[in-house]
Amino acid sequence: MPHAFLLQYFFPGLIYGSIYAAVAIGFNIIYNATGIINFAQGEFAMLGGMIASTLAGLLPLWLAVAAAVALTAMSGVAVERVFLRRIARGGVLKMIVTTIGLSILIREAALLAWGESVRTLPFFSGNEVSSVSFLGANFSPQVFWVAGATALIVAGLTAFFKFTLTGKAMRGCSADRDGASLCGIDPDRMVAMAFGMSAGIGALAGCVVAPLTQTHYAIGATLAIKGFTVAAFGGLGNSGAAVIAGLALGMLESYSTILIPEAYKDAVAICVLLVVLFAKPTGLFGSRAASLKEF
Amino acid sequence: MAGLKRYLPVLACALCAFLLPPLFAAANAAYLLTQLTMSAYYALASLGLCALMGYAGQISLGQAGFFAIGAYASAFISKSDPSISPWIACACAVLLAALVAALIGTPVLRLKGHYLAMATLGFGIIIEKIARGTKSLGGADGLSGVSPFAILPGLVVTGGKAARAANFSIAWVVLALGLLALVNLVNSRAGRALRALRDGEEAAGAMGIDIAGYKLKVFVIGAVYAAVAGVLLTRYDGSIGPGEASFVKSVRYVAIVAVGGMDNLTGTLVAGIVLNFLSLRGIFGKYDDAVFGLILVAVMLFAPEGRALRRAARAALAARTGRPRSAAGAPQDRGKGAAE
Repeated sequence: MPHAFLLQYFFPGLIYGSIYAAVAIGFNIIYNATGIINFAQGEFAMLGGMIASTLAGLLPLWLAVAAAVALTAMSGVAVERVFLRRIARGGVLKMIVTTIGLSILIREAALLAWGESVRTLPFFSGNEVSSVSFLGANFSPQVFWVAGATALIVAGLTAFFKFTLTGKAMRGCSADRDGASLCGIDPDRMVAMAFGMSAGIGALAGCVVAPLTQTHYAIGATLAIKGFTVAAFGGLGNSGAAVIAGLALGMLESYSTILIPEAYKDAVAICVLLVVLFAKPTGLFGSRAASLKEF
Repeated sequence: MAGLKRYLPVLACALCAFLLPPLFAAANAAYLLTQLTMSAYYALASLGLCALMGYAGQISLGQAGFFAIGAYASAFISKSDPSISPWIACACAVLLAALVAALIGTPVLRLKGHYLAMATLGFGIIIEKIARGTKSLGGADGLSGVSPFAILPGLVVTGGKAARAANFSIAWVVLALGLLALVNLVNSRAGRALRALRDGEEAAGAMGIDIAGYKLKVFVIGAVYAAVAGVLLTRYDGSIGPGEASFVKSVRYVAIVAVGGMDNLTGTLVAGIVLNFLSLRGIFGKYDDAVFGLILVAVMLFAPEGRALRRAARAALAARTGRPRSAAGAPQDRGKGAAE
């Protein structure tokens, strides 16, 4: 039954693809608001999973996840307020170096707080042995949570940017900062919100995949580069495309293990990044104008 | 005379190479030479990045990748066929790093800003994953038992107490030579071209500077410095692990160049020796990596013009002599462009 064999690779692809897409969406929100690529983006997903795994011992699971998302969102706002706002006009190299420094700091703080051990979260429904059969392939019901959370994030963001006043204000800010502040929008507040949302989304994704993929203090850098791969692949700033690109990368990685040893899985994803950057830096769906912003 | 002043750090390195071992031996602190030898090699790799990032303004988060290419290639060649002269193994390793840099540099250096940073970061991670995932490279354990490198009969790059003083001298002479070459480079026509393309690529291009050519050359030079450092440190240590290629190591090189003042070879040299020495001595304890992250953030927040070290040194001097000291002869606009 070759189709069941091939289908078995589909679900890991879906799971990893979802988290890459969520990290990419986080990149996009901050990029649209500020023109910065936040190299600490992957750390937010790590923080979400880690905080939730600690709180899950004390609180009901849903509350632990909600608290983890809220705390990580707050840390995202703090990163912007304390560090990045001070150098907002400092230029690209300075921004890159600062966010890289922050990513190391967050990662080392996590190492001190949680140690080197691999952590996990309880499954949201069922447990580690429960599985759902589909066309001969077996997978954990957690997959539904992962896919559901990704769909919810995308739908929620679309509605937020389209229909709410705050969402429109944020879009206004990214289109024209000075113009928006003339209309009474506070750009600083919008940028802080962008960081909060971006960190919260990363944390939520980190939580829903944690039961399946587990979490560890050092996963941030790899997640960041793969999230960036996905964001660049879909076209920087385009969150809908990021989901498609995320799933594509997840699938590619998953199916690549049929041919290539598992240890090189990460290298495959990064090769995709290099090829995308060299061949079509505007991304698959990106317009030239969007990608030239700030460069 | 003014022109000769720039060679003072080179002279200082060369003097250290021969004066420090007897001094440390006299002070009964010869054990410190081991870490100072290793620091010299790490500082050498940082100097290469300084030319690329500080002077040419091209960020690279893959410096550790080139270090590892040199280290692994020379170790692998010598281990798979011990009859091959280490000279050939080491030369091949450095050539390989230069070749990889030339191949990857052409497309990578067309990128700017975030894209360049991500591409070089990706390159570094690929090297680490390959080293970690390949059995013949020792996987997570890396390669150990790498044979010593006899530069001349009686002058061998190897660990061990007996060779400690000699190896310190070798490392610091290599460091002085590397510094000398870069001092000459940045004060030449090519050096001015690099600074011009950093400060304004279009303007530099309009002046007839071959932007792509210069970027690629300085990228290859940076890679060669890292590879030489990797080759020699591996021979000295006798082993190499995939951790040397990791993201955190690449960030360390960037932190050292940033704290040294971006386009400041002397600053990078001092920061490279001091920070690596403290790190190798275990001063930072479990905060080792965090210290480098903190340095990066602090330099960007508080000394964004890239003069952190100079400012700190001046403050220390002023505190000691009790009067403010002006940096005579130090061009005030240095480091500005790199931070922008």
